[in-house]
Amino acid sequence: MLSTNLKHLTSVEDFNQVVENNENVMICCGRMGPMCLPVYDVMENLEEKYDHVTFYDMAFDAPYANVLRSHPKAAKFMGLPFTFYFKNGEAVEATSSIQSKKQIKDILDVQFS
Amino acid sequence: MTKNNITETYDVIILGGGPAGLTAGIYLGRAKVKTLIINEGSIGGQMVLTHAIANFPGVDIDISGRDLSLKMKAQAKAFGCDFESNVEVTGIDLSGELKQVEIDGDEVFAAKSIIIASGGTPRPLGVNGESQFKGQGISYCATCDGDFFTDKEILVVGGGNSALEEAVSLTQYARKVTVIHQFDHFQATEHAIKLAQNNAKISFIMESEIQHIIGDQTLKGVEIMHMKTKARSQVFADGIFIFIGYIANTDSLPDSIILNARNEIITDENMATNIDGVFAAGDVREKQFRQITTAVSDGTIAALSAIDYLQK
Ligand SMILES: Cc1cc2nc3c(=O)[nH]c(=O)nc-3n(C[C@H](O)[C@H](O)[C@H](O)COP(=O)(O)OP(=O)(O)OC[C@H]3O[C@@H](n4cnc5c(N)ncnc54)[C@H](O)[C@@H]3O)c2cc1C
Repeated sequence: MLSTNLKHLTSVEDFNQVVENNENVMICCGRMGPMCLPVYDVMENLEEKYDHVTFYDMAFDAPYANVLRSHPKAAKFMGLPFTFYFKNGEAVEATSSIQSKKQIKDILDVQFS
Repeated sequence: MTKNNITETYDVIILGGGPAGLTAGIYLGRAKVKTLIINEGSIGGQMVLTHAIANFPGVDIDISGRDLSLKMKAQAKAFGCDFESNVEVTGIDLSGELKQVEIDGDEVFAAKSIIIASGGTPRPLGVNGESQFKGQGISYCATCDGDFFTDKEILVVGGGNSALEEAVSLTQYARKVTVIHQFDHFQATEHAIKLAQNNAKISFIMESEIQHIIGDQTLKGVEIMHMKTKARSQVFADGIFIFIGYIANTDSLPDSIILNARNEIITDENMATNIDGVFAAGDVREKQFRQITTAVSDGTIAALSAIDYLQK
């Protein structure tokens, strides 16, 4: 489990349930490394303002994270973290590597407006 | 940008929450100076990018950048500093006696004195294809992304300590590492150069610059140009790691502040800029050595100078 203040996804069942039962979900799948920490920070910071979005993290090296590691949208990803945006159960956007607050807000505003 | 709807007025506003800004905050808070630290990114700045900081005195030698950042933040907070972090600075006005900083396009904070400690950002290559392949073959962090390149061929761009040290660390994963550097010599310590040169997996292409990235769906390599002969050639690789230094975060500053040719703020030894009451500290200013300890030193001097300025 990652030591962030975000809610954690800790199994495939968890993941399925969250993605199916929430309209807008952002999940950051990473490690406690330099490229991932800033993304978790931004998510923690946006949680209050974007109350129509559910924010989660997932530990990249856990076996259950395969659900995101092997997701078709991540087929070409070679940089941590893998960040996914799900709308009504469907992955509408995914990014690889560090993203700025502006880049994240731009995606949230377009996909979950 | 002068605005009338000021959210709150402080004695000092610090722009940047890296080691320079946090140290300035500790000194100002302790002197009971009303201080706000405004930080665009994660608290800690570039420190957060460091897995283990072995050269900061008085802490465990394997302390992570994040933990050191949280300790510094807690200390500044304990002395009464306010924080606005992960915000976007959308306006800075240094013209009046009361200087103003606008964040997120809505809130405006004012202060008698400003300390600019906005640090630096990794320098991008600035060639076609770089943003397209970021995270999909192009990386700026060997410890984060090295394992995606197990048994692959990679390029490391740069010739300083970071580039050479990261090239060596990437040989744990990669089959072959080629260092591409624009000069005929490295800007690194003898020790770092020797370690890289003695590693059988590392080869070097000197005096060459990347012109563009080659790839369509996936990254295939780069086209390079020899700096002297201007001859162009292609180098194939599965990934590219870029370590070509940092650029000062001075884009959002008004033109009235004097910068050098590299866009770093020019200060005197008291961290004073050309504008009365405006100081600069850390990697954002013109100086030779950019380390956490030097940022901390700058932050201390800037805070003490700001206190002097307020007392005048
Ligand atoms: C990978 C890596 C490893 C390193 N390892 C070491 C090491 O082991 N030991 C060591 O001593 N040094 C190390 N360094 C160097 C050290 O981290 C820097 O010299 C130091 O962090 C500089 O501190 P700073 O406060 O000046 O700036 P920064 O750390 O860059 O912090 C500046 C902060 O200001 C924010 N900001 C930017 N623009 C604005 C704005 N307009 N308004 C408000 N905020 C803004 C940024 O988001 C950032 O949070 C390393 C650097 C890197 C990148």
